[in-house]
Amino acid sequence: MQGFGVKIGLAAGLLVAGFGATPAMAEKVKFEFWYGLSGDLGERVQDACKKFNDSQANFEIVCTSQNGYPETVQNAIAAYRAKKHPAVVQVFDGGTLDLMLSGAFVPAKKLMEDNGYKIDWSNYFPGIANYYATAKGELNSFPFNSSTAMFYYNVDAFTKAGIQNAPETWEDVEAAARKLKAAGYACPFGFSFDSWATVEQFSAIHNQPIATKNNGYDGLDTELTLNKTKLVDQLTFFKKMTDEGLFVVKTKQLGMDVVPAFTSETCQMIQSSIADHGTIGKTIKQGAKWDVTMLPVWKGTARQNSMVGGASLWVLNNRPEAEYKGAAAFLNFIAQPDMVEWWSTVTGYIPVTKTGFEAMKAKGFYDQPAFKGREKAIASLTFTPTSANTRGIRLGGFPQIRKEISDAMEGIFFGKLTVQAGLDQAVERGNVILRRFEKTYAGKALN
Amino acid sequence: MNKRAVFKSWWLPVLFALPQLLLILFFFYWPAISVFNWAFTLEPAFGGAGERLFVGLDNFRDVFADREYWRSVSLSLFFAFTATGLSMLIAFVLAICVDRQLKGSGLFRFFYIWPYAIAAPAVGLAFRFIFAPESGLIAVVNTWSPDLWNPAKYGSHAMILIIICFAWKWIGYNFIFMTAGLQSIPRSLLEASSMDGSGPVRRALDIQIPLLAPTLFFLLVLNLTESFVGPDTFGIVDLTTEGGPNKATDVMVYRIVSEAFRGLNYSGAAAQSLVLIALIMVFTFIQFRFVERRVHYK
Repeated sequence: MQGFGVKIGLAAGLLVAGFGATPAMAEKVKFEFWYGLSGDLGERVQDACKKFNDSQANFEIVCTSQNGYPETVQNAIAAYRAKKHPAVVQVFDGGTLDLMLSGAFVPAKKLMEDNGYKIDWSNYFPGIANYYATAKGELNSFPFNSSTAMFYYNVDAFTKAGIQNAPETWEDVEAAARKLKAAGYACPFGFSFDSWATVEQFSAIHNQPIATKNNGYDGLDTELTLNKTKLVDQLTFFKKMTDEGLFVVKTKQLGMDVVPAFTSETCQMIQSSIADHGTIGKTIKQGAKWDVTMLPVWKGTARQNSMVGGASLWVLNNRPEAEYKGAAAFLNFIAQPDMVEWWSTVTGYIPVTKTGFEAMKAKGFYDQPAFKGREKAIASLTFTPTSANTRGIRLGGFPQIRKEISDAMEGIFFGKLTVQAGLDQAVERGNVILRRFEKTYAGKALN
Repeated sequence: MNKRAVFKSWWLPVLFALPQLLLILFFFYWPAISVFNWAFTLEPAFGGAGERLFVGLDNFRDVFADREYWRSVSLSLFFAFTATGLSMLIAFVLAICVDRQLKGSGLFRFFYIWPYAIAAPAVGLAFRFIFAPESGLIAVVNTWSPDLWNPAKYGSHAMILIIICFAWKWIGYNFIFMTAGLQSIPRSLLEASSMDGSGPVRRALDIQIPLLAPTLFFLLVLNLTESFVGPDTFGIVDLTTEGGPNKATDVMVYRIVSEAFRGLNYSGAAAQSLVLIALIMVFTFIQFRFVERRVHYK
């Protein structure tokens, strides 16, 4: 596919040279973009690259999937050390701080200013931008594929069990689970040990901290505090529900993760990313009625905005100057409203800019049956202005901390750990990771 | 055995060995030196603007002070010995059967090697589906009694799962070596002992095992090393249990790779690698010093 674009470019070049009307065309500047998405979503990234290459004649972006978020970071690091790194790289939310402290990137704002693009930075949804911005609110990287956690439920099962409304509170979820169980459903609510939805998003919308120093935004000397927040009550509730058979653990190791559990109609309620909206629509039995809503809160809680997940695009430094012009052009290209709309349509990721979202809304995108409900993700992300607890999570070695949290959940739900002991274990091990990170980056301040 | 072929010049043998030497240099010594370097510093992921933070033995102190690390060491030892024992035992029984020319042994000799040709991650993936407690082929046992088999829930089951995967893959390899070894045992010895009235077990214990000892020793060293530090162990753990539940199968290789690449903690992982290399050296030394004494090559 890329070869085709090159051929067109070459043909055009020859044509121009043949006529001799203009001086020979300068060779296209090639630059690389590494990304982590694979499968269907990876194909869509290739489409975006092709659209960019076809849209102009000066640059050629070469896009390569590294098949996975952590792999992309690892490979980018190896390439950077060997000075063969790509100009643009996609980094998942958990890797944000590693990049921020690396000193290996060109900040988004600087890149666009240097190359003469005027970007209205306030156009990005603050809940999205803050995750990737400096303390002053200046973006380091470009929000690209963004999502947030949502609550999916099977409307057919709800009707059969005599439940009218979408659950808004965890009390509703419990009541619904009891009715579903009574109606004969073996798995009313399925959940996995993924920290993102159950721990991080829960903490955000209930305005609970994950760690001190404003979730790490104010310094590397942050410590985990999730063993002292409402999360303890929440997991205690989960444990009680699990013991009663109302909530059921669904993991890959057991044989089925939450999304397949929902699409096979094994489980009637799950929490998962809005990015799965497309997948669910495609894989659930045709004609099955299901819907998506914001994550529930406990009754009487003032709901806060949820946090953004997904990944952003970083521009690495020490590349030839010409490549930055291309990178800036590409980043500008994918931020145009029509591209934002296209990307959001074909993937299920949410539009990251306000104008992109408004344009989609005005066109009636969210009224189409296939996309109905996706706007609720924006509602969830923008429910309130971000607070110190909902701006994002800025912890070193965060992927490893996430693993410690899910290990602790395994201990709680499968082993002999109490909820408190499990969370204490996660905090203790997580803090070791944080201290090591602090030592490794001693003297570096968060800007 | 007195005739020896000797090269007249020194450069010709070196030239022949060069490709192999270069491979070892680039893929073993060079990385090993980098690891050595990192183990005594705190290495930021992207490399830190020239200034390396030398920390002496701090990384090692951290490693040794970590309870989880010692748990991982004992898990690795347990895994290595059990997996090696199981795979060698089964391979030996199969090899003896084939050697006795039982019905269909030609066919079995052909098929038993196949599992070794499959990459460990593929084995892990296949076994994950087969042994998935809720949806795998094995799920039927859980209908007899709930949680009879649940590697996602019980650490012991998860350990059994990775041992089975490893043994399954390595049986074929061990089998080939053992079959070849058994075939070189003079038939007359076995026939003579049969005529004296010995059964297959007696013959195995008194004739075949002693004569097979060099092969068995070689396989023992290889299997132990491979199960202790080999890429197969990592591939299998990564695809089946991911070190869980709650670190019950967090063997040393898996721990090092996930700390280095998932946690981007290069220095801590480097320190652990050095400890692992040291352990392997001790391991192999013990084997050659004490086990090999009982092996007679002629």
